[in-house]
Amino acid sequence: MSDRQMDGDKPSEHDEDVTLLRVPVSLDYDYSAGVSASRFLRGIEQGKLLGQRCPVDGRVYFPSRGSCPQHAVTFGDETVDLSDKGTIVTFSIVRVPSANIPLELPYIAVNVVLDGADTILMHVLDANPEDVHMGMRVQAVWKPREEWTTSTANILYFRAIDEPDADYDQYKEHI
Amino acid sequence: MRDVAVVGFEQSPCVRREQNRNEVEVLVPVLRALREQTGVAGADCDFICSGSSDYLAGQSFAFVSGLDAVGAWPPVSESHVEMDGAWALYEAWVKIQMGQAETALVYGFGKPSMGDLPMTMALQLDPYCVMPLWPDAISMAGLQARHCLDAGVLTEREMAAAAARDRRHAMQNSNAQLRWDRSVDEILAEPYLANPLRKSDCAPISDGASAILLAAGDRAREICERPAWIRGIEHICEPIDLGVRDLGRSRSTQIAAEKAGVGSGKIDVAELSAPFTHQEILVERALGLSLDSSSQTVVNPSGGALAGNPLMAVGLSRIGECASRIFSGEADRGVAHATSGPCLQQNLICVLEGE
Amino acid sequence: MAELTAVVGIGQTKYEAKRLDLSMPGLVRDAAEKALVDADCSWADIDAVILGKAPDLFEGVMMPELFLNEALGGAYKPMLRVHTAGSVGGSTAIVAASMVQSGVHDRVLCVAFEKQSESNAIWALTISAPFSLATVAGAGGYFAPLVRGYIRRSGAPEDTGIRVAVKDRENALRNPLAHLRLEDISFDLVANSPMLWDPIRYLETCPSSDGACALVLENESLASKRSNKLAWIHATEMRSEPTMFSGRDQVMPQATLDNAKNLYKKAGITKPREEIDCAEIYVPFSWFEPMWMEGMLITEPNQGWKMTYEGATALDGDFPVNMSGGVLSSNPIGASGLIRFAEAARQVRGIAGEHQVDGARKALGHAYGGGSQYFSTWIVDSAKP
Repeated sequence: MSDRQMDGDKPSEHDEDVTLLRVPVSLDYDYSAGVSASRFLRGIEQGKLLGQRCPVDGRVYFPSRGSCPQHAVTFGDETVDLSDKGTIVTFSIVRVPSANIPLELPYIAVNVVLDGADTILMHVLDANPEDVHMGMRVQAVWKPREEWTTSTANILYFRAIDEPDADYDQYKEHI
Repeated sequence: MRDVAVVGFEQSPCVRREQNRNEVEVLVPVLRALREQTGVAGADCDFICSGSSDYLAGQSFAFVSGLDAVGAWPPVSESHVEMDGAWALYEAWVKIQMGQAETALVYGFGKPSMGDLPMTMALQLDPYCVMPLWPDAISMAGLQARHCLDAGVLTEREMAAAAARDRRHAMQNSNAQLRWDRSVDEILAEPYLANPLRKSDCAPISDGASAILLAAGDRAREICERPAWIRGIEHICEPIDLGVRDLGRSRSTQIAAEKAGVGSGKIDVAELSAPFTHQEILVERALGLSLDSSSQTVVNPSGGALAGNPLMAVGLSRIGECASRIFSGEADRGVAHATSGPCLQQNLICVLEGE
Repeated sequence: MAELTAVVGIGQTKYEAKRLDLSMPGLVRDAAEKALVDADCSWADIDAVILGKAPDLFEGVMMPELFLNEALGGAYKPMLRVHTAGSVGGSTAIVAASMVQSGVHDRVLCVAFEKQSESNAIWALTISAPFSLATVAGAGGYFAPLVRGYIRRSGAPEDTGIRVAVKDRENALRNPLAHLRLEDISFDLVANSPMLWDPIRYLETCPSSDGACALVLENESLASKRSNKLAWIHATEMRSEPTMFSGRDQVMPQATLDNAKNLYKKAGITKPREEIDCAEIYVPFSWFEPMWMEGMLITEPNQGWKMTYEGATALDGDFPVNMSGGVLSSNPIGASGLIRFAEAARQVRGIAGEHQVDGARKALGHAYGGGSQYFSTWIVDSAKP
């Protein structure tokens, strides 16, 4: 990674103040996804969406981080297969470029709750910005199978499906 | 001042690399064990404070996920320092002094193995004039060690003796990372890593987490049979520039130790967080601990930072290791040390006593 | 048992997009020196330095308090570095206050800063970690869906956010330190500004600023010798909750409601809207004014937008909010919370200049951060508790 972007003045004459210098910083990190996220990522590598159930309240976490932030309990090894269909609970149409986001502007950032899950997934929607709305029913569009890796980027985006909107009361707790 | 004590301590084993577990997964079992040890759940504490570093994690807001491990629900009164957990403990101790808490959970965690630690630490230096030269942490320590040797402050043999002692002590500590028994001469026969430092003069790179429970007065006695009472806790920071400091002594440690009252009684045990042997010797001297073998103080019975160095937890662990020996009755009075910044820039001293 | 504590010195830099005239040490020292002058004391009078700022990646310096030690007169003194996400400025003031309230120190210097021009905040907030598709563009990308949730829930008129922005930007014209001072501010100017993160428009967002803020805090025995008006700390509160769990109310988190209840209880406040004279609230996107009016229990759930609509939060309203122009007008992230706390103190000391609320005696300072999960607040008053 690199930071300290201090663009600007060229090296100045020595009778002028130095107001900026450019010091590129590059550091490499080896991330560990973690035991639980690894299980989730191995699943998504096979096109499976695996959630995990909290033993205290039975709610299904997707993606799971291995423990319940509310109850401080570990989920164990059991997983729950989830559908790749879901409901948009809220969204934003993004018109701001960001160096780390490889999407064309504008794009639609969505918070989706998958059928069978009780937490939201942040992803993107392929649609006309005028058409997106809360409660919209959507389904994942996957990359070609041979391009699948251990990443949520295996899902290219979500796309609207021909189902009636979900009722607000059904998803309002996920906003 | 209120009587406040360390009443519980847990840590993960110090390992070179937590290959599979992420930070939260390292922290969760530590906090669970602390709850089992003390009967107090972290989320039920009146105050929670943690220490961690975004640059070790390679992303902003790395500490936020720590709340997942705590189970911070209902919402908790909580704070975070971008420092070793020992300073988080200081903040929590202040909160209890204020009368706003009876119990406090403190934790620190780090996975320095994710990045190139000596180079990452260069980002602590003056960003305009020093950091662009990328002096790594071992070279910075080497400069200090060279000064100490050339000024006659200490010898390579004394450094090797510290290296040998800590790793030999660590053989009794299953959580330590470097555990071996080698002679001073064997160590002196090692090649230099960053002259005059040998590999054995340096703390290892360790991943890990630790946690401490603090409690006040009678609440402490309810939780723990023999609480480790905090009789003094002080911290002092020096300027970062090596050119304006006396590198042959740790003046900030000395000031903190005097304020904390280290010298006002016999010290049975000292746990030091110095990551290089020459620094450990400077800290010992600043604390007024005698170096000869007739000294009654056991220095680094756990092996100290030289045997296991999980940054952001290592200083907190020293307080915990010291407290553990008071819990068990092995020691009545001890001192713990934590450090931060290049060449012992910032130091914290905590004096603990049993009743 | 806690010592009474007062804000006796306040210093702020001029906030700008790029303070090319000052390095990081220069920036923090400028604010600190102004606070010392205001407090009529010298560097030697300070017992400890508490520094707060947002993520280290914002400037590319790891634990910058270490290299700022000398610039802040911290040599051979205790120094502590606080970081609690966006709420950090507020938390820093609270931690600094606790050093005095506990009796540990008599007088402390509290400083928070950000020099955003020396790095790239959106980059630092959106690091491309492996294993996932990055979709959230900076803080706006995270909060825009929540704003949409609030609009849906409250039925607030779509132009509420515009009205907040106009009000805060008009207030900023009265604050010479503010970064954004738009002389031609109008409803149409905000309404016609580009939609960045729909439903958030460009002029409904905060800028990126360079700046620092500093406070000198003192215990009662020292502060009582002073003859000028002080800001006495009546209560402080911090609350946190996890970022994400099933059923978490991200629009109106439990942590803000608990924070407000505990704060008012400590301060002996039963009717906050009537008893508090004015407030500086952390509003990085205009819609968060109505949201936090509800979150701070100033008004009933889903009614916050009415306060904006009725002009209650205007400088001459019954509950003025962000008299200084707020985060919408100046946003050195790590300092933004401390500026809220400092501006609340300026109001009760009667030294807020052009944006002074007449007769303000009791004021609220507020900051929040993370995914609406960290909250820090204080109540200051011109009279002792």
